[in-house]
Amino acid sequence: MSLYNPLLLGIAKTHLLARKKQSAIAALGVTFGIGVFIILVSFMTGLNGLLDGLILNRTPHVRIYNEIKQSERQPIEDFAPYADKAHIIHSIKPKNSQLKLRNGLAIRAELRKDPRVKGITPQVSTRIFYQAGAVQLNGSLAGMDVLEEARLFNFQQYIVGGKPEDLASNENAIVLGAGVAKNLSLQIGDYVQIVSINGSRERLKIVGLFQSGLADIDKVFSYCNIGTAQRLSGEGGDYFTDLHLKLHDIEAAAGMAEELRSSWGVNAIDIKTANAQFETGTSIRNMITYAVSVALLIVAGFGIYNILNMLIYEKMPDIAILKATGFSALDVQRIFLYQAILIGVIGASMGLIFGFLASYGISQAPFETEALPTIKTFPVNFNPQFYVIGIVFALITTFFAGYMPSRKAGRIDPVDILRGQ
Amino acid sequence: MTHSILEARGIRKKFFDPVEVEILRGLDLSIQAGEFVSIMGKSGCGKSTLLYVLSTMDTQYEGDLLLAGQSLKGLKAAELARIRNQHIGFVFQFHYLLPEFSVLRNVMLPALKLGLKSKEEIEHDAMEKLRLLDVDEQALKRATQISGGQKQRVAIARALINNPDIIMGDEPTGNLDSKNAQRVFDIFREITQTQQQSLLIVTHDTDFAQKTDRIIEMADGMIIS
Repeated sequence: MSLYNPLLLGIAKTHLLARKKQSAIAALGVTFGIGVFIILVSFMTGLNGLLDGLILNRTPHVRIYNEIKQSERQPIEDFAPYADKAHIIHSIKPKNSQLKLRNGLAIRAELRKDPRVKGITPQVSTRIFYQAGAVQLNGSLAGMDVLEEARLFNFQQYIVGGKPEDLASNENAIVLGAGVAKNLSLQIGDYVQIVSINGSRERLKIVGLFQSGLADIDKVFSYCNIGTAQRLSGEGGDYFTDLHLKLHDIEAAAGMAEELRSSWGVNAIDIKTANAQFETGTSIRNMITYAVSVALLIVAGFGIYNILNMLIYEKMPDIAILKATGFSALDVQRIFLYQAILIGVIGASMGLIFGFLASYGISQAPFETEALPTIKTFPVNFNPQFYVIGIVFALITTFFAGYMPSRKAGRIDPVDILRGQ
Repeated sequence: MTHSILEARGIRKKFFDPVEVEILRGLDLSIQAGEFVSIMGKSGCGKSTLLYVLSTMDTQYEGDLLLAGQSLKGLKAAELARIRNQHIGFVFQFHYLLPEFSVLRNVMLPALKLGLKSKEEIEHDAMEKLRLLDVDEQALKRATQISGGQKQRVAIARALINNPDIIMGDEPTGNLDSKNAQRVFDIFREITQTQQQSLLIVTHDTDFAQKTDRIIEMADGMIIS
């Protein structure tokens, strides 16, 4: 027995068309449920993507760095006569070591061959002063491979009034923190004096402003080419303090960091550990979205259930005569199930259109924020997957809403009704 | 012995609600092809109950029921529905036309369900039946837009559409005035004579019953004559 039966479908259609208002209201319930689902999920995931992008896309999946800390193995432990004794050492000081990442070049060469790694960029961070007349402002300067940084970590999204290429092509240029520029009354095209902690000076041209949206960061940090930073630190071309890794699969980050710690003895931190709160926020927002949508669809389902129940009650004599003239219980059940599914299909299709239009409208609405200088409108995710989920969900809901009443209709005993009249 | 269309052997039926009552108490019955039979009896004697047992819609009975020699005992509901569709036509006191559909569509539905003919053939047949009953001019009207007598004739056309072996009626003239009742009787008479179809009609109308081939008188769940 096939699922599709044109005769029964025709009867179902006639029933629905005879009650246009009721059918439309039932379908509108589904439309509303699916529409709101699409809007919510598109907007929420768009926002999630934006927030994730804010941190996750701009953050290295694994960061390898050098940390100044006390030696893990104190000299007394190597002194044989006391080897089996307990050692109590007071007032341990951190070991004075250089900031340079040990084996940096070797690690970089090794990781470039690793198939899990999408890209790797070195950084030189150094503490500096911004000099303006007699005043010196504390600051921090990061030297990096600008184009790689833009490709892997969306550096360009932070830059206002300039392009990464302007910086990359000029060894005497700087992208100045927006807060620093404001405090020193500097504009793009001006020059700024940078003094390093060991006293060397550079006069750098401002080719762009750096705006992260966090005022405290923008008041301190500036960016330049790696060579500029190495020159300021008085070091050679093999000097860098950090390595930033981007992986093909972000999930592999934790394992990779662990591997690097054990095999190279370096400090390595993965993105999940560094930004655990973002993961939580994303999953909770997704949960809320789906919970609200499911609730709306269940309400729509109850609407369909109600209307079908009423219709079946009203249609008892019709059901009786259909059964008397040779329609089976299954035929009758399908007539009413088709009605539920038709309501579902029509309602859900309208819901998808409504949802698309509304989310398109949202995506055109202006949205400007300090934190995201490159974003001008609300973020909306037009993933077709949501539309598939929406329609599947609507069909499942309407099927179950229609199943119970239609089964009841199929079970009606025609004799009871035919005799009763 | 002539060809027996419908045969009932030792039909018994009990109702349990509110108290146990045996409403049919061992009935034997046989209807021949082309025979016009009426069932009479006082209210509550079980004549309608018998009709619904014979119609295959009520399956809660003891005894055996044969349609054209085939036993209907123990068949599944879907199989019985198929048999009703093809071999039995129904006319009730109330017309039971589907209000959303046109007169023509109402007549066509059982044949569309049977699915042996194309839609065009069925439509042609349905128009024939409507013409036979003199309601062909109403074919495209909605079922709610015609008069009571016309509705009953449309219901008869619907009962005839699959050329059933037997047509069963539960007081088909009960709601009609004498003129329309006479008309329905004439149609029934014509069917038995021209198509060799049998008729089994439950009625209170003595005039109507008297004109049939045979009257089955019932009392207290038994046939008395």
